Amino acid sequence: MSDTIEEKIKNYRTAPFDARFPNTNQTRNCFQNYLDFHRCNKALSAKDQDVAPCDWYQRVYKSLCPMSWVARWDEQIENGSFPGKI
Amino acid sequence: MAHPSQLGFQDAASPVMEELLHFHDHALMVVLLISAFVLYIIVAMISTKLTNKYVLDSQEIEIIWTVLPAVILILIALPSLRILYLMDEINSPLLTIKAVGHQWYWSYEYTDYEDLGFDSYMIPTQDLLPGQFRLLEADHRMVIPVEAPIRVLVSADDVLHSWAVPSLGIKMDAVPGRLNQTAFIATRPGIFYGQCSEICGANHSFMPIVVEAVPLEHFENWSSRMLEDA
Repeated sequence: MSDTIEEKIKNYRTAPFDARFPNTNQTRNCFQNYLDFHRCNKALSAKDQDVAPCDWYQRVYKSLCPMSWVARWDEQIENGSFPGKI
Repeated sequence: MAHPSQLGFQDAASPVMEELLHFHDHALMVVLLISAFVLYIIVAMISTKLTNKYVLDSQEIEIIWTVLPAVILILIALPSLRILYLMDEINSPLLTIKAVGHQWYWSYEYTDYEDLGFDSYMIPTQDLLPGQFRLLEADHRMVIPVEAPIRVLVSADDVLHSWAVPSLGIKMDAVPGRLNQTAFIATRPGIFYGQCSEICGANHSFMPIVVEAVPLEHFENWSSRMLEDA
C-alpha cells in the first residue's frame, strides 16, 4: 500500500484530474488538499505512524494553490486563526 | 499575434482554436448565404413591375420557410455543441501553472516541483527594442513546453482581471479568492500574445500576457535558470 503511494509520489508530474472537482472552479480542490495534508499529518502522527503518505496531498496542494494563499494559511495555522477544521 | 487591417482570427496555436476557427468559417458562411439570399429577394421584389393582389395563403412555402431555418439552425448547433463538449474533455495535464492578476501585471507560478514564481510587467513603449510589439511585450514570458497539455489556474490578487490568449483560444476570468481552471496544448513553438480582458483600473490596457512555447529541453533550461536567478 505504501509502496504504491511512494510510486505515485515519485512519478508525480502535476495534480491529476480529480472527479470530485470536475468543473472550472478549482478553489475547493486546492483547499481540500491543503486540509487533507494537515489532517493526514495530525492523524498519522497521533498514531505514531510514518507521515510519508501525506506527501501526496502536499504535492497536490502545492501544484494547485497560489503561493500567497499557502503562506497566508500557514501563518493562520501558526497563530491559531485558520478557519478550516484540522 | 494581431496585425494591422486584420479581418479574421489570429492563426491558431492550439487544437481547440483550430476547431473554433473552422466553426466560425462555417457559421459565417451560413450567415453570408442567408444574407445574400435575402438581399436578392429584396432587390427582386423592389425592381419588378409585376403585382399580385390575390394570394391569401400558401401552405407549401410556409412549410419550406419553417423547416429550412430549423434545419439550418441544427446544422449550426451540432458542430457548436461538439466543440463545447470537446473543450470540456477530461485531459491529464503535464504541468500546472498559476496565472495571478494584479494591478497592473501578471504573476506566474510553477510549483509542481520547486517554488518558481515571477512577475510579468509590460515593457514600456520607450524601452522597446526594434521589432518588438507596442503594448504587447512583457519582461518575463510564461514559457511552456510545446505539445504538452498544460493546466492554467487563473486567479487575481485584488480586482477582477481576465487572462486571454486569442491564438490559443483561451479567455478565463481572474477572480480574487477563486481558482479558475483552463487547459490547452500548444501545437507549435512560438510566441503568443494576449491582453487583460476585464477592466481593472488605470493600466488595464497595459498588462499583456505573453506565452512562449519551446521544446521541452529549452523549457527545462529556462526553468532552471529562472530558479537560480530568483
